[in-house]
Amino acid sequence: MAENDAKPALPKKCGPYISSVTSRGMNLVIRGVVLFFIGVFLALVLNLLQIQRNVTLFPPDVITSIFSSAWWVPPCCGTASAVIGLLYPCMDRHLGEPHKFKREWSSVMRCVAVFVGINHASAVSYVPLKLAKVDFANNIQLSLTLAALSIGLWWTFDRSRSGFGLGVGIAFLATLVSQLLVYNGVYQYTSPDFLYVRSWLPCIFFAGGITMGNIGRQLAMYECKVIAEKSHED
Amino acid sequence: MTLTEKLRERISRAFYKHGLLCASYPIPIILFTGLCILACCYPLLKLPLPGTGPVEFSTPVKDYFPPSPDVVSQQGDLSERPDWYVGAPVAYIQQIFVKATVSPWQKNFLAVDVFRSPLSRVFQLVEEIRNHALRDSSGVKSLEEVCLQVTDLLPGLKKLRNLLPEHGCLLLSPGNFWQNDRERFNADPDIIKTIHQHEPKTLQTSATLKDLLFGLPGKYSGVNLYNRKRVVSYTVTLGLQRYDSRFLSSLRSRLKLLHPSPNCTLREESIVHVHFKEEIGIAELIPLVTTYIILFAYIYFSTRKIDMVKSKWGLALAAVVTVLSSLLMSVGLCTLFGLTPTLNGGEIFPYLVVVIGLENVLVLTKSVVSTPVDLEVKLRIAQGLSNESWSIMKNMATELGIILIGYFTLVPAIQEFCLFAVVGLVSDFFLQMLFFTTVLSIDIRRMELADLNRRLPAEACLPPAKPTSRSQRSERQPALRPATPHTITLQPSSFRNLRLPKRLRAGTVIWIGILVYTDPAGLRTYLTSQVTEQSPLGEAGLPPMPVPGGVLPAGDPKIDLSVFPSDPMQLSENQTQQREQQSLSRLEANQHSWAQGPEGRGNGQTEPGTEAEVTWGAEDEEIWRKLSFRHWPSLFSYYNITLAKRYISILPAIPVTLYLNPQEALELRHPQEANRYQPFLSSGSGKLNAEAQPDQASSRLQGHRDVTLYKVAALGLASGILLVLLLFCLYRLLCPKNYGQNGLSHSRRRRGDLPCDDYGYSPPETEIVPLVLRGHLMDIECLANDGMLLVSCCLVGQIRVWDAQTGDCLTVIPKPRLRRDSSGIFDYQESWDHSPDGKNGLDDSFENGHQLKRMLSPPQPPLFCDQPDLTSLIDTNFSEQVKVAEPETRLRAVGGRQKEAGYDFSSLVGKVYQEHSTSNCMNLSGLPAPHGQAGFCVGAAGARSLGCGAEEGGCGGRRRSLGDDSLFDKSSPLPSWGGDLESSVWSLDLQGNLIVAGRSNGRLEVWDAIEGTLRSSNDESQSGITALVFLNNRIVAARLNGSLDFFSLETHTSLNHLQFRGAPSRSSIPSSPVFSSSDVIVCQLTHTVSCAHQKPITALKAAAGRLVTGSQDHTLRVFRLEDSCCLFTLQGHSGAITAVYMDQTMVLASGGQDGAICLWDVLTGSKVSHMYAHRGDVTSLTCTTSCVISSGLDDVISIWDRSSGIKLYSIQQGCVSFWDIGYGDLLQTVYLGKSNESQPARQILVLENAAIVCNFGSELSLVYVPSVLEKLD
Repeated sequence: MAENDAKPALPKKCGPYISSVTSRGMNLVIRGVVLFFIGVFLALVLNLLQIQRNVTLFPPDVITSIFSSAWWVPPCCGTASAVIGLLYPCMDRHLGEPHKFKREWSSVMRCVAVFVGINHASAVSYVPLKLAKVDFANNIQLSLTLAALSIGLWWTFDRSRSGFGLGVGIAFLATLVSQLLVYNGVYQYTSPDFLYVRSWLPCIFFAGGITMGNIGRQLAMYECKVIAEKSHED
Repeated sequence: MTLTEKLRERISRAFYKHGLLCASYPIPIILFTGLCILACCYPLLKLPLPGTGPVEFSTPVKDYFPPSPDVVSQQGDLSERPDWYVGAPVAYIQQIFVKATVSPWQKNFLAVDVFRSPLSRVFQLVEEIRNHALRDSSGVKSLEEVCLQVTDLLPGLKKLRNLLPEHGCLLLSPGNFWQNDRERFNADPDIIKTIHQHEPKTLQTSATLKDLLFGLPGKYSGVNLYNRKRVVSYTVTLGLQRYDSRFLSSLRSRLKLLHPSPNCTLREESIVHVHFKEEIGIAELIPLVTTYIILFAYIYFSTRKIDMVKSKWGLALAAVVTVLSSLLMSVGLCTLFGLTPTLNGGEIFPYLVVVIGLENVLVLTKSVVSTPVDLEVKLRIAQGLSNESWSIMKNMATELGIILIGYFTLVPAIQEFCLFAVVGLVSDFFLQMLFFTTVLSIDIRRMELADLNRRLPAEACLPPAKPTSRSQRSERQPALRPATPHTITLQPSSFRNLRLPKRLRAGTVIWIGILVYTDPAGLRTYLTSQVTEQSPLGEAGLPPMPVPGGVLPAGDPKIDLSVFPSDPMQLSENQTQQREQQSLSRLEANQHSWAQGPEGRGNGQTEPGTEAEVTWGAEDEEIWRKLSFRHWPSLFSYYNITLAKRYISILPAIPVTLYLNPQEALELRHPQEANRYQPFLSSGSGKLNAEAQPDQASSRLQGHRDVTLYKVAALGLASGILLVLLLFCLYRLLCPKNYGQNGLSHSRRRRGDLPCDDYGYSPPETEIVPLVLRGHLMDIECLANDGMLLVSCCLVGQIRVWDAQTGDCLTVIPKPRLRRDSSGIFDYQESWDHSPDGKNGLDDSFENGHQLKRMLSPPQPPLFCDQPDLTSLIDTNFSEQVKVAEPETRLRAVGGRQKEAGYDFSSLVGKVYQEHSTSNCMNLSGLPAPHGQAGFCVGAAGARSLGCGAEEGGCGGRRRSLGDDSLFDKSSPLPSWGGDLESSVWSLDLQGNLIVAGRSNGRLEVWDAIEGTLRSSNDESQSGITALVFLNNRIVAARLNGSLDFFSLETHTSLNHLQFRGAPSRSSIPSSPVFSSSDVIVCQLTHTVSCAHQKPITALKAAAGRLVTGSQDHTLRVFRLEDSCCLFTLQGHSGAITAVYMDQTMVLASGGQDGAICLWDVLTGSKVSHMYAHRGDVTSLTCTTSCVISSGLDDVISIWDRSSGIKLYSIQQGCVSFWDIGYGDLLQTVYLGKSNESQPARQILVLENAAIVCNFGSELSLVYVPSVLEKLD
């Protein structure tokens, strides 16, 4: 289960530092690193969230179980989130339409919170499903709900066509990759019922893409500011 | 489309009305809202607190049957039984409580003998239990069938694999330490080490392995080397899957039969069911903590945006309170309607906050703050609300829609979340509209009041930096806090005492309380666990214990009390005593002499061994209560069985008493032990030797129970102190230091809202009393000042020079003697020329030479309205003129005086007082740095010229040129004597000690202000001088024919710049040069711009090397001062230019007859902004760094934001009032004359030393603004 997400405290701290770095390449690297760590962190946290829903009380050694399952998943998520977070502002620049909608940290935080909430919701709704032994209609309903929530997320925080397109693409690609991995036996879902996981995975990927893009754009704003100031000085 | 708009309008109107309501009645509305919140939260009281410890419920053993899993079927005693008591328990716990002792005790026994042989019996006992089977008619029933079968241990517990049973019955006993193998036990050289090898090194809250296997707290087990009671206790714990009463009773009876406990009085009639709440593990907390971090980041970033309010954090808090209490309300309401929350509140809480969001609140704040500041607070709130009404409604509808979508998912958890969110949204809307709006209105009102004291209008004098580069907001934001700590305060304390926002601060405490209550991070669980860890579980649940007197054989009670007063394992007195006597002889010696007396010593020292008897006291009942409340959950968790939200049933323990004879003990002794351990005697005594006092030893034993008592007492004390501190803080927050002045501030505020004429003004103590300068016979036409001197000229052409600080008339420059000698007025004037200026109410004669001395001595300027009577009296004395001869312009004033004739007699009496107050006034105004006043002066109705507002003494970077008389030729009544035209003074300017006067006959005169002598004159042109500028040694005169003349003043003995006049303390002011009287000053025409304008020039201003002319031909021209080169012609007005203002920043403001004000950039000649200001002519203009102040013929004074051209306030003119320049709040109104007098002040000037001069008919009023030092808090 690869999730790529954002964590709040990090970007906020890094903001001023980024703005002080004037070299463009350096800036890019820093942004990438920040996004990477955000991705890793959120992958861990959300993975834990999923694990918790399956194991109820006193998970013996939580930390070890996190790392033992598949150590390469969080770095993968981190890399993916870095790529996405850099891709969004880059695409904005190439399309020539700078993203203006709700460009402030509070909105980004809200976006992240909603994303975690979607994950949480999918994890919460797992329990009744397990008890009810996979009801197909219920499953469809869940994925529809999650899809609606994800699109709501996009509408609330993004509203750009390019963002939507990129998000869909990312969701498609990531689902495909994860399915391939599972089919080849490299990775396994923790949850036995496969259908269930497959139903919400694309939505989570889509929402994660939007969220990371949001963060990436917000981080890129600092760079834009710096460049603008520099050009002013020139 | 139209429907939408109609809806929109209706919504907006509703919001407007609502805003008015909220701002009008803030306190009742807040109270009402608070009541609503409380009412809605009331159902929350019924909800159980999260995170409390396990709950117990007892049922009698007799006729016990497991509760059915169906709730409905239990019709019986539903009221008593808790709702968790449903279905079978996870397990039944049967404990077999063993007490064993070696009896009789031999003297030479080792310390290990106390527990080795008793422990060895556990293997036998366990075998008995394991092999017990119930044989009856139905067949054989073994333990295996009823016991709880456990499977694997959790993989993480590998090291416990050999110690805890796996794949079989859950049967725990101390024998598990040796894998239930007696041989191992016998081979074990060090039992204590084996037992303690799994004990954690650090403090641990959960149960330890020793506790688990012994089934009772370690300290009660008696397995240690210093067990002087020599009774070992342990339990065999049996987990049962099913309750089989017959099997259990057979087990019980069999064990009792085998190991009888003769004096056991344990009650065995009730089963205790223990229900466990959900435990929160660390792992579970990680996502929770993450969401909370995100939440706080969100709140932080949101509230950071709140701006331009009085107390940013207060509002942020109000916003958070709004959201939180709306959530509480939603939970409360849902509970009220029978929907019990099943979701973990702490988990969904952050999402709810995020969904509900702070956006609306922020939007509201922003919208209200950006309304025009000059409006009343009420109107601002209303306007701000109605501006945002549509978007608020739209957002809310969208959110509700999204949530409704979520409601149709039919996933129960999400549905519940949505339900809460919907109710939360609605209640949040309710709170936003009522609570937050009201708080906002209070905050804004408070800002307007409180900041009066803080903010200096420093903009007036500081050279404005770069007004265009600043954003509009920061420009208008009054937070340009000047560094000067001095401000004028009229009622310094009254503004600071609004109490309500302080209550908001107290809200923090409440908020923290709410946080603790809702328990987001399991804090409470932690606390409870800590507390219950200390005190035995369910201690309170124990019935008050009657001392089982029958249990204790009659012995020596004193010993019992003194030695083992409260030991849980009470032994028989006799035995104890004997044993003590025997083994602890040294201790006895002390102890008994202390407690028992000498007879104890002889009691049995010779006896070879003591018989021990095991007693069962009330303490032994339900020994499991003394275990940690995590005991059972952790035991079951080892097998991955959770007890969260489930319960276990604990059956009454089966007592087993074992007596072992010494042989057995000796046989069991391990060979190494004999070497390692000293005999019990020596070890015991050695230990006791170490303890200095035997009574200390006894108190240590006593300590067990008391420790909890002490802890509770300490906790209570600490919480008491905390409570007191909290109350103290609350008191400090809630109660301002002075209750009394609260009403005053309110009343003042209310007054401020009214037009100044309407209210009965009760003068405060610091009432400003104008200084009336009298002396002119006719209406004053032009005024000029340079801070120290004030020059005025009346219609007849008489120029008077006043000391601006004292109000003394220094010089009277007579109009050159002219015609109409027969006229009474000129006789009068002539007499004036000779007589020292008696009109001023100064008795001493005026001498030019002694003016310095004069300035030092405190004069007595007329202060009060009755003063004219006095002056008129003096007047007659001096000039012997009859008042009848006065021109008709004075008649009005005379009439006014006659009304006050009654004061005539009291004037003498009042004189002392007057002097006193005058000197006060002088002192104040004479303060070195006239503390910048927050007020600026605004002219009364029909003000002709407006001096710059709000100035301060500290900075004189900009010389304020006097309100020029540019308009005077246009709007002033023509002099009644037309013949004077060629000689009446049309314009004046003053610099240093030189007065430049431009006359209607085109003559330019330079007068010495102090000596009153004509220094130079120039009459090269016949066209009247309409405007004058005197800057450095350059004079520019604008003439009626539209030409500009540039003069330069030259002294033959070079301009003497060495002498500087001016207050020494105000060194920052570029002092004006003083032209010494000995120099010959020549006024030379340097350039003439013959046709600067097609029409007469009406306005003239010079600054920063530029000269600006405004003319009736609708244009402005900018000239360079040095070479009179015309740089720009500015076109943009559609009427004659009436007012021009320019300062050092090259920003030019011009006002015209069309009522428009244009701002220009003089550097580039471009128009910066254009605003329609007045419905009539713009009569006067002045600028500060951030504001443009204009007055118009429509009797309105408007203040504009300089960079954006937005109108900030408009002030209806009335009396001369002091307004706070930052907020448009009325500070004080000063009546210059009698209030019913219709004569308006026509010109107002502001001097640099905190005085304001008002042209008031033929009188001048000097108004000193008393400067009060205000501490910066």
